[in-house]
Amino acid sequence: MAGTFASRICPDTGLRVDRNAEALIKANAVVAVVFLAIGGLFGLMVALTRWPGVHLLPDDLFYLVLTAHGADVLLFWIIFFEVAILYFASAILLNSRLATPRLGWLAFVLMLIGAIMANVAVLQGESSVMFTSYVPMKAAPHFYLGLILFAVGTLIACFIFFGTLVVARAEKTYEGSIPLVTFGALTAAIIAVFTLASGAIILIPTFLWSIGLISNIDPVMYKVIWWGMGHSSQQINVSAHVAVWYAIAAMLLGAKPLSEKVSRTAFLLYILFLQLASAHHLLVEPGISSSWKIFNTSYAIYLAVLGSMIHGMSVPGAIEAAQRRRGFTRGAFEWLRKAPWGNPAFSGMALSFVMFGFLGGISGVVLGTEQLNLLMHNTLYVPGHFHATVVAGTTLAFMAITYLVIPLIFRRDVILPTVAKLQPYVFGIGVGGISLFMMGAGTLGVARRHWDITFSDATMTFDYPGTAFLMMGLNGVFALLAALGGLMYVVVVVGSILFGKRRDETAAKERPVVALGGGAVAAYGSEGTIKLPGTITLVAVFFTVFVLYYFVNWKFLSEVWPLS
Amino acid sequence: MAITPPTDRLWWKEPLSKTEITWISIAFAWSIIMFLAMIYWHMTGEQNLSNEAYRIKPEVFAAKAEAMVEQYQVGEEGDTGVPVVHPPPGSDVYLIARLWEWWPVLELEKGQSYRLHLSSMDWQHGFSLQPTNINIQVHPGYEMVLTITPNEAGEFGVVCNEYCGIGHHTMVGKIRVVE
Repeated sequence: MAGTFASRICPDTGLRVDRNAEALIKANAVVAVVFLAIGGLFGLMVALTRWPGVHLLPDDLFYLVLTAHGADVLLFWIIFFEVAILYFASAILLNSRLATPRLGWLAFVLMLIGAIMANVAVLQGESSVMFTSYVPMKAAPHFYLGLILFAVGTLIACFIFFGTLVVARAEKTYEGSIPLVTFGALTAAIIAVFTLASGAIILIPTFLWSIGLISNIDPVMYKVIWWGMGHSSQQINVSAHVAVWYAIAAMLLGAKPLSEKVSRTAFLLYILFLQLASAHHLLVEPGISSSWKIFNTSYAIYLAVLGSMIHGMSVPGAIEAAQRRRGFTRGAFEWLRKAPWGNPAFSGMALSFVMFGFLGGISGVVLGTEQLNLLMHNTLYVPGHFHATVVAGTTLAFMAITYLVIPLIFRRDVILPTVAKLQPYVFGIGVGGISLFMMGAGTLGVARRHWDITFSDATMTFDYPGTAFLMMGLNGVFALLAALGGLMYVVVVVGSILFGKRRDETAAKERPVVALGGGAVAAYGSEGTIKLPGTITLVAVFFTVFVLYYFVNWKFLSEVWPLS
Repeated sequence: MAITPPTDRLWWKEPLSKTEITWISIAFAWSIIMFLAMIYWHMTGEQNLSNEAYRIKPEVFAAKAEAMVEQYQVGEEGDTGVPVVHPPPGSDVYLIARLWEWWPVLELEKGQSYRLHLSSMDWQHGFSLQPTNINIQVHPGYEMVLTITPNEAGEFGVVCNEYCGIGHHTMVGKIRVVE
């Protein structure tokens, strides 16, 4: 076993927990939740402004709050939480010490300063440039500087993760290959390096331009590289939340991947192909050829989508196999009915999985099809899509695993169990509604990032159909529900960390939160040992919906004005 | 388990089960179909975005648009002062995007084709033709040229759907299609 370092043995899992890693995980997770609370509140204000009957904010505040909403939740909440996941998946899961913990604190401080600086810039009102800050629209210099500092901090955290893998291997803290969840986190970290490099390449010159040292930034070039960060960073999220799905299934049900080879190859496809996704944002831009668009937007030949479709079977398959081992073998779906739906870690994971696939995944492929993008580019369909991926998918998955992080890392019981139990459903239904109604409004042509679709101050107007207004109202209602779910999450998390009952060894025996051994499938999980009729049915339903929806959109496209 | 090292150190040598290989094959075949669909539509479909674009200075583009207005103006749009032009079918038609208007108003004939030139004078804008729902990004310094063939008569709104500052939501233009 490895050398000495300050650690404790977890009574729940038997894992050796490095105190430094533990402290860093706590710090990053807590700050993440703070940014979720702030950004979520901004999001609610955006939705209430876009609800025509409410129209909460004046125009300048609306654009300001929308900019802050994007930065706070899409960047700061998610990436702080991801750093916590990286430390967890390396040091904790591998029984190792964390490499260079002092640099870990430096990374944390840089990220925090950067995040605060960007928020200050936005709230001062001179940087309402949206999260994307497309040139030649200019923000205050400290807006870009804040993002750069944040990126540098994140990059350091990624290298601490890599360093920890090296340390764990050298000190032989585990046997054989790294666990699948760590493998998934490794995927996320590798993509993050590419992503942050793209961010540096574009944001540093943009910062210099904002202080007058560079005269001009080409707007198309800016978008190509900016989205190398902006979209690829969503692929960090995908890798991270898929790893979280596997982790939750393993911790609650002892689920083992059907095949390590298949699941890991799917992650590998992410590393190899996801980076091409910058193209998703350039499908209706001038000066970029169709062949470039087709190759890149499809991740070569949809090879990264293939990776997700593989996980789409592997994750429920692992759960079904584990449940069947536990004796839930009746019919095709007893394993699913008898799953721990009252455990927020499970229900959050399951809802995240379903909504990511059905709402986020399918809409993403349609949106990213070269010609179909014409129908949806910059309409509300786009935020509809990415709220399904990033909020229903990533955020809900991260919320779900929080219910395990609180007992395992913070060593506290979760307070208000009934609130916690309902939370994933309230948040999930809210976000599902937001996504669907925004996509619906987008299909009717409603623009994203738009203060007033009645055009009351405009010299010329256009009337959107009544259905569009109905959709915006429903979007507001479901945003209220999602905000309630978010509030429940914050209350439970903060309350548990401060007032939850401390967990000791007795607690681990009396109130176990993980079930590590029980359902593990013997050597090799799928065929031969076990049949998976439920999973096959679910996958078949998914595939049918996918194919139908895909072709329906080509039909829509064939009806608009011919153009060439 | 997914949180412990794989039981089989050489995980890449595990055999594939029939269920898995079947799903992977179906998913891969579907991936290829979706890839080919885009190429197929370029060969047979009628809605493809043009690859024709040029770098252009805003003032040069503005001059072209003004020349078109001078030649083909047929009136003004209500009391907005924005000229309405009726260019002949097949001609080059210019639409300026700028803070915060689409200029001028175009009057086109149904079933006729036009070469539409789009460019911005300042920031990025989004050409969103409603209710038909065609959405194209407009950049400053780039002139995009596409051939459009309106297939229905009526009045169409051109909404800006790329955020362009505080007046963004007032940036609406018109294209009128006559029989």
